[in-house]
Amino acid sequence: MAGQTLYDKLWQDHVVSTHEDGSALIYIDRQLVHEVTSPQAFDGLRLAGRKLWRQARNLAVADHNVPTIDRDKGIADPIAKLQVETLDKNCAEFGITEFDMGDVRQGIVHVIGPEQGATLPGMTVVCGDSHTSTHGASAALAFGIGTSEVEHAMATQCLVQKKSKNMLIKVNGHVGKGITAKDIVLAIIGKIGTAGGTGYAIEFAGEAIAALSMEGRMTVCNMAIEAGARTGLIAVDDITIDYYRNRPFSPKAEHWDMAVKAWSNLHSDADALFDKVVELDATAIKPQVTWGTSPELVVAVDECVPNPVDESDSVKRDSMIRALEYMGLQAGQAITDIKIDKVFIGSCTNSRIEDLRAAAEVAKGKSKAENVKQVLIVPGSGLVKLQAEQEGLDKIFIEAGFEWRDPGCSMCLAMNADRLEAGERCASTSNRNFEGRQGYGGRTHLVSPAMAAAAAIAGHFVDVTRISGGN
Amino acid sequence: MRAFTKITSLVMPLDRANVDTDAIIPKQFLKSIRRAGFGPYLFDEWRYLDRGEPEMDCTNRPLNKDFVLNQSQYQNAEILLTRENFGCGSSREHAPWALEDYGFRAIIAPSFADIFYNNCFKNGLLPIVLNAEVVDSLFKKVTDGYQLTVDLATQKITTPDAMSIDFVIDADRKHRLLNGLDDIALTLQQADKIKEYETKRAKQAPWLFTA
Ligand code: SF4
Repeated sequence: MAGQTLYDKLWQDHVVSTHEDGSALIYIDRQLVHEVTSPQAFDGLRLAGRKLWRQARNLAVADHNVPTIDRDKGIADPIAKLQVETLDKNCAEFGITEFDMGDVRQGIVHVIGPEQGATLPGMTVVCGDSHTSTHGASAALAFGIGTSEVEHAMATQCLVQKKSKNMLIKVNGHVGKGITAKDIVLAIIGKIGTAGGTGYAIEFAGEAIAALSMEGRMTVCNMAIEAGARTGLIAVDDITIDYYRNRPFSPKAEHWDMAVKAWSNLHSDADALFDKVVELDATAIKPQVTWGTSPELVVAVDECVPNPVDESDSVKRDSMIRALEYMGLQAGQAITDIKIDKVFIGSCTNSRIEDLRAAAEVAKGKSKAENVKQVLIVPGSGLVKLQAEQEGLDKIFIEAGFEWRDPGCSMCLAMNADRLEAGERCASTSNRNFEGRQGYGGRTHLVSPAMAAAAAIAGHFVDVTRISGGN
Repeated sequence: MRAFTKITSLVMPLDRANVDTDAIIPKQFLKSIRRAGFGPYLFDEWRYLDRGEPEMDCTNRPLNKDFVLNQSQYQNAEILLTRENFGCGSSREHAPWALEDYGFRAIIAPSFADIFYNNCFKNGLLPIVLNAEVVDSLFKKVTDGYQLTVDLATQKITTPDAMSIDFVIDADRKHRLLNGLDDIALTLQQADKIKEYETKRAKQAPWLFTA
């Protein structure tokens, strides 16, 4: 019999019961809760008179709606304010630990989970948010769910799930200087498409993945959902274990030793079979820039905007034409000729300390270009912010004319006051370039933090691997 | 949850691939703490010419006449016909809430994004996967007054010319949807099994049970 994949192992460890049709009741070790997808779940519990199965396995934070400036003045938008206050109230009523807006540990739900050791290797992790795949970077079986399932997990600590198929994406060899986790994952999505991973749990492997820090691995798994996969996974190694040592919620003393032993089995067996294997050559990956309104519409920075005429599939061709029109671009235009209006460095994809360091390295001693109206730097959590300030990164940004903000989702989805105006073009380190994502009529180009900082300074896209300061 | 058994209805063609959840219901409407009332904001950015805001009265907003939702021949359609990867993007259940609140009961596409597909079943919406050629042929036929009958019990779609198209659905999901069952109550019937699992797991991984 063939060995097991990492996904198979995680699944098997969490099966409570199996149903006739192949679905199973799966035990959930950790639920992360935020203000947008939880109010209706709490209401449902109240209506049915239900309690939480295990309060302590839920951890809450407000992130989507919170202001990133003048936080002491509270939230100006009354509807957003009510939603955040509703989370505070619900957490108090149901006894859930919450990092509120004034807590230094507050931040984007997918940044604080690993940072606190609240999401650990081998766990099942859910959250009413599709980017829950991020937590798979530590070999946790983590996936996004809808509000009905949030309520279900609260009430039963379980979810009914169907097992996904197994996909292995191997990124062979090492990336060149200045190429980041973001470029790797955008290149993967460019190759397999936004629906390429639908129905699969994707395990990322290969030398280029093993060489990434935990931060970089989180960036890759974060965007598994942009390839259609609810779950992204990376095997445990020493980098994983070192990362979780001494985190506030990490196991302590003899539990730590037990955990490390158990975690060392969290990899696919050598003879495991995958339903699909995709291989990429890391050495061929260049800095990536999306040009359209879907993350799969991506090219290398030294390329041109593609021409729909060259696309044989008529459905794809139509979406390319629509994307060009929405983005205000011409087929054949060089990516490096695209001028930008705003820059956003943040989001659960790229707001960890390593991301800020990469951006600061490019920005050091330089200033933003005249045509760039605003550069927002939004750390992923209060603790990331603190660390960055201890390293003096905030000063580098401020001297370059960038704005140093408080943590939250911010212009990743523009639910708070940070947003693009219609027609504005943004170099963004977030994960989605959908129409209107960063503001009504706004135009998003997804890039790495170093590429975003370089674009802020040049006023247009540039190949960060060709400028001094790019690492 | 509302049960789904059988419907006969007009079909609205939405001829776009990769329709994402931001398009189905833009994020500003996610600020609501309610579960109902999203129907008027369904496809807000495509449907209206102005910018929608939560709790806005939509009766006098300028309509995009080119958008299929605003075309008179498709009013009251309960079946949405669309292209591949429908519902991609965020996990927001507001997307099926908005589709359901608007009046859709079934969605036909060559493929759906996983989370969205799953969310539909929690809200009495039936997502139907048909192969791309069949979907294409339906797009060619959908004109004024074209109606389909969707029967969940027999897993069949019947066309006006009495052709029948089979579709596949998990037995468990079908059962829940046919009967409009509450998932949580069903799971709680297995409370003993959950506790048994916890006891066993606490021995293997005690650090997960410390607090
Ligand atoms: S940062 Fe963006 S993608 Fe991440 S949780 Fe927030 S809104 Fe979602």
